[in-house]
Amino acid sequence: MKQTLFVPLTLVAAAMFAYAPFMILAAPYESTMGLVQKIFYFHAACGMALFLAAAVSGVGSAVFLFTKKPAADRLAVAGAELSVVIGLLVLVTGPLWAHKAWGVWWTWDVRITSTLVMWLIFNAYLLLRRYGGPGSERLAAAVSLFGLANVPFVYWSVNVWRTLHPKTSVIPTLQPGMRGTFWFCVGAFMLLSVVILMLRTELEKRRQELDALYLAAED
Amino acid sequence: MTGFARTVWVITRKDLLVEARTREVLFTTLFFAISCVLVFAFGFVREGRPVSDAAAGILWIAIAFSGTLALGRVFERERHGETLRALLIAPIDRPALYVGKLVGILILLAAVEVVVVPLVALMFQAALFDHALLMVGLLAAGTVGFAAVGTLFAAMLVRARSRDVMLPILLYPITVPVIIAGVRGTAALLQPEGGLPMARAWLAMLVFFDVVFITLALWTFEPVMTE
Amino acid sequence: MDFTNLQFIDVTRTFGRRRALNRVSLAVEAGTITALLGPNGAGKSTLLSIAATLLQPTSGEVRYGDHAASNGGAALRARIGMLGHDLYLYPELSAAENLRFFARVYALPDVEQRVARGLELAGLTDRADDVVAGYSRGMRQRLALERALLHDPRLLLLDEPFTGLDEAARGALRERLRMARAAGTIVVLTTHDIAAIADLSDRSLTLVEGRLAA
Repeated sequence: MKQTLFVPLTLVAAAMFAYAPFMILAAPYESTMGLVQKIFYFHAACGMALFLAAAVSGVGSAVFLFTKKPAADRLAVAGAELSVVIGLLVLVTGPLWAHKAWGVWWTWDVRITSTLVMWLIFNAYLLLRRYGGPGSERLAAAVSLFGLANVPFVYWSVNVWRTLHPKTSVIPTLQPGMRGTFWFCVGAFMLLSVVILMLRTELEKRRQELDALYLAAED
Repeated sequence: MTGFARTVWVITRKDLLVEARTREVLFTTLFFAISCVLVFAFGFVREGRPVSDAAAGILWIAIAFSGTLALGRVFERERHGETLRALLIAPIDRPALYVGKLVGILILLAAVEVVVVPLVALMFQAALFDHALLMVGLLAAGTVGFAAVGTLFAAMLVRARSRDVMLPILLYPITVPVIIAGVRGTAALLQPEGGLPMARAWLAMLVFFDVVFITLALWTFEPVMTE
Repeated sequence: MDFTNLQFIDVTRTFGRRRALNRVSLAVEAGTITALLGPNGAGKSTLLSIAATLLQPTSGEVRYGDHAASNGGAALRARIGMLGHDLYLYPELSAAENLRFFARVYALPDVEQRVARGLELAGLTDRADDVVAGYSRGMRQRLALERALLHDPRLLLLDEPFTGLDEAARGALRERLRMARAAGTIVVLTTHDIAAIADLSDRSLTLVEGRLAA
């Protein structure tokens, strides 16, 4: 991660977030849900950023397990923490939207239910790293890798499972006027994710350097 | 026999021998599973009749809970004399150690299911054996999937802190597809008409899950268990 | 694969902020008994774990004769025997069953002969079929030692083997280790009891806070 890019990227992300509300305001109303639907721009963008964060964590974990490179582990933990935070955003905006739009807080929609499962997996990752004692980085890496491999299975099984439930929500297909705003918000969240990953991996690197300094000071 | 298969057999045989001596894990897991079924039954039986689909859900929850317990107990044994370390020092293929423990756990869970499944069928008037082959297939594929992930996690937690609560925290989210497939597949089987194709679809997903996750476990066992 | 010496070249092992071993260098030859002394937490168990290939050094190298540790694999592990503090025995199984299991795990060709010989050397032939849970500490120790020596390892590592033994048991252990030395084994044991290794070890090294004292 080139740290020289950090400041420019952060500025661009900040600018995008500053502009986003205007774009969202200007976007056309969706036919059935009206104003409430506009939370979708952030909700779905967070969903995509979550997938990015989970993938970064899973792949970093796999690389760490097989090559033991500390940089891979830094990416793994940064991705996992980001997954938990962005996942929380998805899990909060989803019910807010659902309640206003359809009157129920939790719709067992396939995407949000899968998000909940993945969110639990990455929480487990963080709990293991925190409370598992020394050497838990490798164990947590296995959890993250298994979690990533699990995504298609979770999605498929929840999807088939929920078709047995009455449908209470229909995710609207994107009307042409909405696409620009949607992808802009996706871009903003992706950029924010990249910036946070850079920040977190740098923090982890400093922590490891601090450990090395402690060791050197003992000599 | 190849070296790998031979090692698996030696380890499984030892596990079965140790278990046969005391039968401790078998009996305690079995009675725990039965208690689970009873406790959940009180939640889901109204006016003397079970809520529909209760049987399928209760069966698989009992399998998941008692499976987690059995995994913890079996690996606690290896932790006690640090015998897992002795096996890691030995000149065996580390994945063979994983498979040996997995087969032992599967045999144990099969013994538990032999009692619990008919019990659930009885208590909930659920015709679980009308399509016996498919039912056995679902049980086998589901238990394998659960145990495959569970054996890896339980092994890697042997030297970790808070290992008792960590195992369920790690295991349950990852085995969500297995539980869904097991419950929905069993429920499809119990439908009076036309549920069979659905049950077969769930079985296919379970088999696919088993293949993917056993492969992943074989790959990651050595890096995770060694430093 | 065989080797006639064990070498640690500048080995360091850290766990986060804790340095368990600090640039340890040593060389041990076949047919010698080396005692590793030091207070608790000095890094003795870590050193043994690295010698047993259970841990990798953070830096530095371990060599078994001409072979580097990283190239060893299963063939190297076949030449190493270890007796940990927790003895590595299954209490639910009998002495004979424990030995038989490990003989099979090590794929030894003459399982029954080795089991019989191990039982004899441990003095447990009459109690061979009793479960280990009923043994005294001394009996378990003797069995565990024979288990570690079952495959005639070139390198024998023992972690605090004299703990909890009475004088007779200590004498028997010393005798058995002398036998192993005579057979050309490299014996490395840790202890914090200097009196136990008097008249036994050819050499003693002292570890203090991860460093070898001069």
